[in-house]
Amino acid sequence: MPFPILTSLVALPVVGAILLLLVRGDEERSAPLVRKVALIVSLLVFAETLLLWMRFNPASGDFQFVERHAWIPAFGIEYFVGVDGISLLLLVLTAFLTPLALLGSWESVHKQTRAFCVFVLLLESAMMGVFISLDLFLFYIFWDAMLVPMYFLIGIWGYERRIYASIKFILYTMAGSVLMLLAILGLAYLHYTATGSYSFDLLKLYEIQVTPHQQFWFFLAFALAFAIKVPLFPFHTWLPDAHVEAPTAGSVILAGVMLKMGTYGLVRFAFPLFPEAAAYFAPALAVLAVIGIIYGALVAMVQPDMKKLVAYSSVSHLGFVVLGIAAMNTQGVSGAVYQMLSHGISTGGLFLIVGMLSDRRHTRLIAEYGGLKKVTPHLVAAFLIVTLASIGLPGLNGFVGEFLILLGAFRWDPRLAAFAATGVILSATYMLWMFQRVNYGPVTNEKNAALPDLRPREWAVIVPIIAVAILMGVLPNLFLRPIEPSVERIVNHFHQGAPSRIQAAAGPQSPSPQSPVPKVASEARR
Amino acid sequence: MTPSLNAIVPMACVTAAGIAAMVAESFRDPGERMPIAGLGAVGLLGAAFATVLLWNHNASSFGVVAADNFGLFVTGTLVVIGLLSLAISGPTIERERLPGGEYYALMLFATAGMILMATATDLLVIFLALEVMSLAVYVLTGIRRDSPTSTEAAFKYFLLGAFASAFFLYGIAFTYGLTGTTRLDRIGVLMAVQTGGPTPMQYLALGFLIVGFAFKVAAVPFHMWTPDAYEGAPPAVTAFMSTGVKAAAFAAFVRVFLSAFEPLRGSWSEVIWLLAAATMIVGTVAGVTQSSVKRMLAYSSIGHGGYLLVALVSANDFGKGAVLFYLLTYAITNIGAFGVIALLDNADRPNDQVKDYAGLWNDHPVLAALMTIFLLSLGGFPPMAGFIAKWYVFSAAVKAGYTGLAIIGVLTSVVSVFFYLRIVVMMYMTPAETPAQFPAVPKIAGAALVVSAILIFYLGILPTRVLEWAAASISTIF
Repeated sequence: MPFPILTSLVALPVVGAILLLLVRGDEERSAPLVRKVALIVSLLVFAETLLLWMRFNPASGDFQFVERHAWIPAFGIEYFVGVDGISLLLLVLTAFLTPLALLGSWESVHKQTRAFCVFVLLLESAMMGVFISLDLFLFYIFWDAMLVPMYFLIGIWGYERRIYASIKFILYTMAGSVLMLLAILGLAYLHYTATGSYSFDLLKLYEIQVTPHQQFWFFLAFALAFAIKVPLFPFHTWLPDAHVEAPTAGSVILAGVMLKMGTYGLVRFAFPLFPEAAAYFAPALAVLAVIGIIYGALVAMVQPDMKKLVAYSSVSHLGFVVLGIAAMNTQGVSGAVYQMLSHGISTGGLFLIVGMLSDRRHTRLIAEYGGLKKVTPHLVAAFLIVTLASIGLPGLNGFVGEFLILLGAFRWDPRLAAFAATGVILSATYMLWMFQRVNYGPVTNEKNAALPDLRPREWAVIVPIIAVAILMGVLPNLFLRPIEPSVERIVNHFHQGAPSRIQAAAGPQSPSPQSPVPKVASEARR
Repeated sequence: MTPSLNAIVPMACVTAAGIAAMVAESFRDPGERMPIAGLGAVGLLGAAFATVLLWNHNASSFGVVAADNFGLFVTGTLVVIGLLSLAISGPTIERERLPGGEYYALMLFATAGMILMATATDLLVIFLALEVMSLAVYVLTGIRRDSPTSTEAAFKYFLLGAFASAFFLYGIAFTYGLTGTTRLDRIGVLMAVQTGGPTPMQYLALGFLIVGFAFKVAAVPFHMWTPDAYEGAPPAVTAFMSTGVKAAAFAAFVRVFLSAFEPLRGSWSEVIWLLAAATMIVGTVAGVTQSSVKRMLAYSSIGHGGYLLVALVSANDFGKGAVLFYLLTYAITNIGAFGVIALLDNADRPNDQVKDYAGLWNDHPVLAALMTIFLLSLGGFPPMAGFIAKWYVFSAAVKAGYTGLAIIGVLTSVVSVFFYLRIVVMMYMTPAETPAQFPAVPKIAGAALVVSAILIFYLGILPTRVLEWAAASISTIF
């Protein structure tokens, strides 16, 4: 039996968390060791995902590294995991951001460090599980289980209104996802009526016939769960609260990874499972996405709080991702996936930098800062690069994704692309304006005059972010190569299932030799 | 042929243990410590052993008690409830200076009644079992004789319970008038051959039986006694009665309605539908506003009764397995939660308000973690057992076509998460204003809670075997 590498991605953080619980001693004595163990575990997970990427066959859109075991056979529930190009890179992103999040809260978390690290590791495990699950039941378990550690992270280590924010976060997300659970049950039942056995196997469910009427309701249930998670306008109100009140690590993971689960869910589940309903709703989703792009940007512009500004910028950026998915052509979806990764890097970076500032001054209000360039030149340089990455400057990560999305959207409906493009301009406005107020001009506040510059630990946090941002901007093909076959497969499957969506609007499709439904690669390349 | 006694062995074991406990108490000098709970544990383990031996044998005694797999599964659940309840009772008995022998004997007699109720196949025997169980539980509720709230709770419980019994008996009388028998199998046969729609008499019989059962399972609008009784009783007793009574009553409910009255399903399913919806909604919505943890959990257990009713009304092959699995997970989880309350109960301060839990994490990290596990499981979070149980119930509902009920179910469970989390917020995120004095945790009770938590994870992550047992019990009654 080959080494179950995907399972180990889920299991390793849990094992790490259990190890942490075994560390003896009170807070003072155990904290340094606990931090180190957690960091080492998360780095090991990252190394494993890199190994996974190296062994991954980028030419194939199939699911690779598949593991499949019966779990609850009476109901056809399986432990069924595998990755394609889309989930592969999201796994890498998750594993990349987790150690940075731990490192970023190295000193700012000074109560209950052990529990903090345990929750971060459990969260990582659940997020990994979400991305690798190919059984809908398993997916839902990870999806729901993920909420609990995040709830604790926000509620215990957050800022002043943390309790309100944490409860709002968990209730909002749950309210959306329970209806998805019913839809999942309904799908399994449809499989039962069609074949005589229950199944939650995604690949089998791709192939069952769902009447347009059923698709309509199922799609709504799935899309609601994912739209709240993304968050798509007007379901975004939990996000600013959760982001602002969460500790740095929570914000980084929340923005960097968890928001992507919504868009990932749309790509992986909602669109391919219910193509006709998706085609019916896609224009509405796209309009909401464009509203989100512009609305998020406008609201971000007037925020006095840096963290809130970054939070609203996420609403705007994630709007692009949804737009790309709704376009459902290769460019749009590839761009969307690319933008998911890129947003994880740049917004993760922004939250880390805001966290560094907030560690120094214990405030996140823009008005409290000014003229930092003279005081902390290195920090400001890093800040600038990450800001530019977030804006989408060519040569950095943000550009590629947005460009592809706009291209895809233009092929579908030029009007949407035109409106969405204003978001690019607006993002430059609010980000640069914020950057200017914080970093340029004279030092207006005495307290800022003697701020220390980047410490070695902070260098270790920010250098990888910048390196990846540049890498993603300069060598996008490195990342696009594994994405594209999987995306093409999903797009083709969608257009076969939804013939009502005119092919022309989706742009010319290269005839694909692959079968439209993704299959499990019988022999993963090793 | 001599009548076989096999089917009543589990009940007899528990009864014997109850008698032994009573005798032991009479030999006990005042102030002497005696391991009476140990006697009870022996009896319950005997019952468990007998249950395992009887599995798949379909034993039957006197034609009115059937140790079929359905009854045995519930018996197993009741044994688990009994053992956990015994384990968490110790601290309460010592603190309140309760008469240990009486307490344990009552608990064991109640358990015996519950086991009989789960295995009885005759309406009169069910009534008998109901009374054996109820009388013992009434006394247990009021066992703190010098406490006004406890006495009030017991009195209320007794009065309303007597009403319910009367309704139930009336229903039996009507059924007998219709069919000339009280045996469930014969009633089922007679109902099945009837042509034409149900008669008014049948409606009356069904209605009275439903009211009687609805009282016992605390379904809305017959739930009024629950919060008072659960709050007034000592927490260990509440743990026992909120799970045991519910399990036994549901077992009989399912057996009566799915074997004897199955042919009339068209007439009762809508009523149960309404009861289920009302119970889920009222249980959760009322839970939101409570400031006492005990009352909150009382409303939560009302709400959980609603989910069980969903499983009952769905009444397909999923539904019956779902009732059993749900009862088991609910029992373990709820005993755990009330067990934590029992352990925090202090002689001079009950510590049962939500605000008393502030800062529990700092004083008792393990207890806080256990309580979190129990609450999250009650709220239905994976990978805890509560998730699988709810999923099973909702699968049954979706399959039976009761999508509306399933939607109410999932939405109310989101609401319930809100109030479960209030306690979590207190324990973890709110510093204590006045440091509450929490007593030390006795070993046996602590171990029982840890075992419950482990079982919750086991049932949540590897439910297959127990799900199969639950499913295997299906064929025997339907």
